[in-house]
Amino acid sequence: MTGTIAAIGAGLAVIGAGIGIGMVGGKAMEAIARQPEASGDIRGGMILMAAFVEGAALIAILLSIFVK
Amino acid sequence: MKYKVSYIILFILSFNFVVSAQDHKLESDSIVKVQTTSHESAQGHTDGTHDAATHDNHNAHAKYDPAATAIHHISDANVYTILDFVTIPLPMILYAPDKGWDFFSSSKFHAGHHEDGHSAYNGYVLHHGSVHRVTDAGFPTQGEAEISGFTHKTETIEGKDKDIFYAIHNGKEYRLDARSTLDGGVLGGGITSFYDFSLTKNVVSMILVSLFLLFVFTRAAKAYANNKDKAPKGMQNVVETIFTFIRDEVAIPFIGKDKYKKFLPLLMSIFFFILGLNLFGQIPFFGGINATGNLAITMTLALIVFFVVNFNGKKDYWQHIFWMPNVPVFVKPLLAAVEIMGLFIKPLTLMLRLAGNISAGHIAILSFVGLIFIFGDSGASTGGGVIGTALAIPLTLFMMCIEIIVAFVQSFVFTILTASYIGAAIEEHHHADHHTAEHH
Repeated sequence: MTGTIAAIGAGLAVIGAGIGIGMVGGKAMEAIARQPEASGDIRGGMILMAAFVEGAALIAILLSIFVK
Repeated sequence: MKYKVSYIILFILSFNFVVSAQDHKLESDSIVKVQTTSHESAQGHTDGTHDAATHDNHNAHAKYDPAATAIHHISDANVYTILDFVTIPLPMILYAPDKGWDFFSSSKFHAGHHEDGHSAYNGYVLHHGSVHRVTDAGFPTQGEAEISGFTHKTETIEGKDKDIFYAIHNGKEYRLDARSTLDGGVLGGGITSFYDFSLTKNVVSMILVSLFLLFVFTRAAKAYANNKDKAPKGMQNVVETIFTFIRDEVAIPFIGKDKYKKFLPLLMSIFFFILGLNLFGQIPFFGGINATGNLAITMTLALIVFFVVNFNGKKDYWQHIFWMPNVPVFVKPLLAAVEIMGLFIKPLTLMLRLAGNISAGHIAILSFVGLIFIFGDSGASTGGGVIGTALAIPLTLFMMCIEIIVAFVQSFVFTILTASYIGAAIEEHHHADHHTAEHH
């Protein structure tokens, strides 16, 4: 069972990213529901923010793969 | 239009050289648990030649290992295999400092099951689809030599367990050098004695996709010239829809109405190149290429973005990095440190996001297909295999639908982030007088 703790680290990173992207997506949907005419701008911002959250998680996952 | 063509040619040229060095990063030992047949521990195999008679290495592939299979399928390879039946040979361009250049076709390896070569050529062997060099004395360095199989041992080097592979020739084992890597083995790939400049599976697929895009876009461009002021038809429709979407939703809002034209060819090339490769990799049984899931390829893309962003950076951009206006002086150095880190983290995340998403999708599909072999007990149980197949088909279909969405979303995200970085770099603020007032 090598790399077990690293795997836990990767899992924690994914939990964090899941919460983050979920909040970004949820708020964006609320905003679109409130202002459907601004849906284009909101969608662009949503994808951008989700990508940033994902970036942090990816760095954590990569570290958990390499650092043993 | 002429800009786009030049960018695509630039892509082809840069990728040929950079990517051929296959990256090892995804093949990290933590996720690869290669089937161990010989549990011999390290005893300082310095000469590298051993008596192979004691090991039974022919059952090396008998037990199904989902992780190793998945990693093998998403890695780059020196042969293009379609369903294990059709093997398309690729040109090998190898350089070893102590030996010189070698040019030959990968058909010389006579690749068989699991993309293992049945023969060595000029001291090179094909193992799991990638070329390795044998430097041990006694191994034939010229011409073909028969390889009866491969074996491996787990050795402890500097406190780390590593799988060292051996080729068996005339009943003796010869140690394989590590694969050629872009980083020269610094990141754990192992120092090796040769450089691999071959056109690998990924490079060939990139050339194919580039040629396809060239064909589609030149045709669409010609149609616009011939069909002036008329409704678009055929290929034009597809291209125009996506093109105007990227222009109106990505380029103009993020870069600005005045300057977007200069960067539009780059954004379009990036988008269509990534989308083409993503979708090409989704075709089942067609080599299953994983080009955009390869860190070397996404690194090249991210480096292009990095240079374009920073070479176009205006005074305001650099001022916001090194000496942030409108904040207290003692915060400025702190912010500068964070911003300089951000300078490199941005392309790094671009690189990781694309490679991670596409590789993860491929691994998920391969794992679902692997259910057949896990339930079927590696072919021993037919009933289990049937249950596994019944499970695997819907799951794989579902995953493939998700993957097609991911293919579009990831190319879109890469493009939108590139546009936002460029937009931030070329933005010129119109409150300069406000800044100077702050400094007094």
